[in-house]
Amino acid sequence: MKIAIASGKGGTGKTTLATNLASRLAEHKPVVLADLDVEEPNSGLFIHGELTHQEDKYKMVPQWKPETCTLCGECQKVCNFHAVVKLANEIMIFPQLCHSCYACSELCPVDSLPMIPEKMGELREFKSGNLTFIESRLDIGQEQAVPLIAQTLRYVDSKYPDTNSKIYDSPPGTSCPVIEATKNADLILLVTEPTPFGLHDLKLAVETIRKLKKPFAVIINRFGIGNDAVLDYCQAENIHVIAKIPNRREIALLYSRGELIYPIVPEFQAELDKIITFIRNMETEASR
Amino acid sequence: MKEIVVISGKGGTGKTSLTASFAVLGGRDLIVADCDVDAADMHLLLEPDFKLTENFYSGVLAKIDQDACIQYGKCADVCRFDAIPVIDGRYIVQPLDCEGCGYCARICPTEAIVMEEQNVGDWYISTIKTGSFMVHARLGIGAENSGKLVAKVKNEAKRIAIEQGKEIVLVDGSPGIGCPVVSSLSGADFVVLVTEPTVSGLHDLERVFQLVNKFGIPAGCIINKADLNLDLTQKIQDFIQKNGIAPIAELPYDEAFTAAMTQGQTIIEYSKGELQQAVQQSWTRIQSFGK
Repeated sequence: MKIAIASGKGGTGKTTLATNLASRLAEHKPVVLADLDVEEPNSGLFIHGELTHQEDKYKMVPQWKPETCTLCGECQKVCNFHAVVKLANEIMIFPQLCHSCYACSELCPVDSLPMIPEKMGELREFKSGNLTFIESRLDIGQEQAVPLIAQTLRYVDSKYPDTNSKIYDSPPGTSCPVIEATKNADLILLVTEPTPFGLHDLKLAVETIRKLKKPFAVIINRFGIGNDAVLDYCQAENIHVIAKIPNRREIALLYSRGELIYPIVPEFQAELDKIITFIRNMETEASR
Repeated sequence: MKEIVVISGKGGTGKTSLTASFAVLGGRDLIVADCDVDAADMHLLLEPDFKLTENFYSGVLAKIDQDACIQYGKCADVCRFDAIPVIDGRYIVQPLDCEGCGYCARICPTEAIVMEEQNVGDWYISTIKTGSFMVHARLGIGAENSGKLVAKVKNEAKRIAIEQGKEIVLVDGSPGIGCPVVSSLSGADFVVLVTEPTVSGLHDLERVFQLVNKFGIPAGCIINKADLNLDLTQKIQDFIQKNGIAPIAELPYDEAFTAAMTQGQTIIEYSKGELQQAVQQSWTRIQSFGK
């Protein structure tokens, strides 16, 4: 099963859950954990494995060939992203704005805009026992996370088609990067906190996932702070709350140091195992 | 007029709680812009009245007129986003996959594909409880072009500030380093980085600061929850010093942040004593650096 860990609000505990869940599951079977929060990837701070593979990731962008160009301006006309601009004597390319649709390149009547690769980030793969950890990081200054997320997912799927348990640590928010990271998941786990910000952003995330028509469940982190509004909301909306991770300074401290929580905090492990039971039940049901 | 942008790289560091407090301290002297359009939360603390609501149109999506479609299939061939699968014998555009490049529409022999403009969200101008104005927005589900909506929110806030002779536009930015953040930073005069002493907090601070540095904008830093992990607080202090970032404040790990939020209040309204003073001093410092 492909499980995406998401949240509307940032800082609710996505990475904590993803790294602990993946490590716990990997005690018994092979697991792939992919950090898809390519803008600020943090899972690697908690997973210590051996680097087994590394590659640069590229997106394709047009490159202007002045020798053959007739300055007809068709390229500028077909680019919906204003990434190709015709000036008096040259064609200017803005790679940051390019979505790699190839329209300018393939519709150029004189083939003067061949597509060339431009580096947008790096993918690294680590192994630690049963756990394969894959992270991609977007180069600073690159604005579009979606192409790198898509390539990372493609890498995971082609290299590990048979690994049953895949965990995706997704970016925060509800816009295009989150959709890319969650749209192929079989289950989405939403991590929230019982505060007004947590509730507000959870509602947005639920709306998003309902639009994707994906099964999902909620995990309340830092349970005990704030108020009951998140619980009330989930009850009213018939949303399954599968775990409540207690608000403990000890957990915050372990997290701050980059350590896994469940080997040290029994209450955390108990909640984590509830999540694993929920996943197992879903898998059993799906295989029937 | 000065534009002060508050960002954090990592989410959950207390950025919005602090920005809302600064909005209260700045009162009528500043205009607030909530540029965290993906998960905007400031309105929960500042009591906006949504005085003006406008739709935001940006970008296009392909739509196939099935009556005009002759199943030629070239559209699906040229689409680099695999957004036009054949479902029940028909070519159907998947809105969540379509990037709106329009390539398919240009090459369709029967011109059966139209590019429809998308309402990707709403933006608002509100009077808030400080007596001033806030420009804020709500991005539609899964929408693209959040950078453009951020630019819209900021430009409206600037326009109001100029019209009313206000000195400061205070911007709450979004997490990450991608297009909405780039859009929040462009044109800023001073950046406030809010971080926390965790390995993630430091890691994300380093990355977002590289971006700030590309823009060459002067920056200051608030270390929130500073007493949670003193080793990491020290590492952040070293990083700040080495990179010429102005130290603004170190705030304690305090559940007053949550308690205030639960009451719909900012820290500055809710808390008393040292925390309140520290937030007040932070704002005083930011204003002096921002000048």
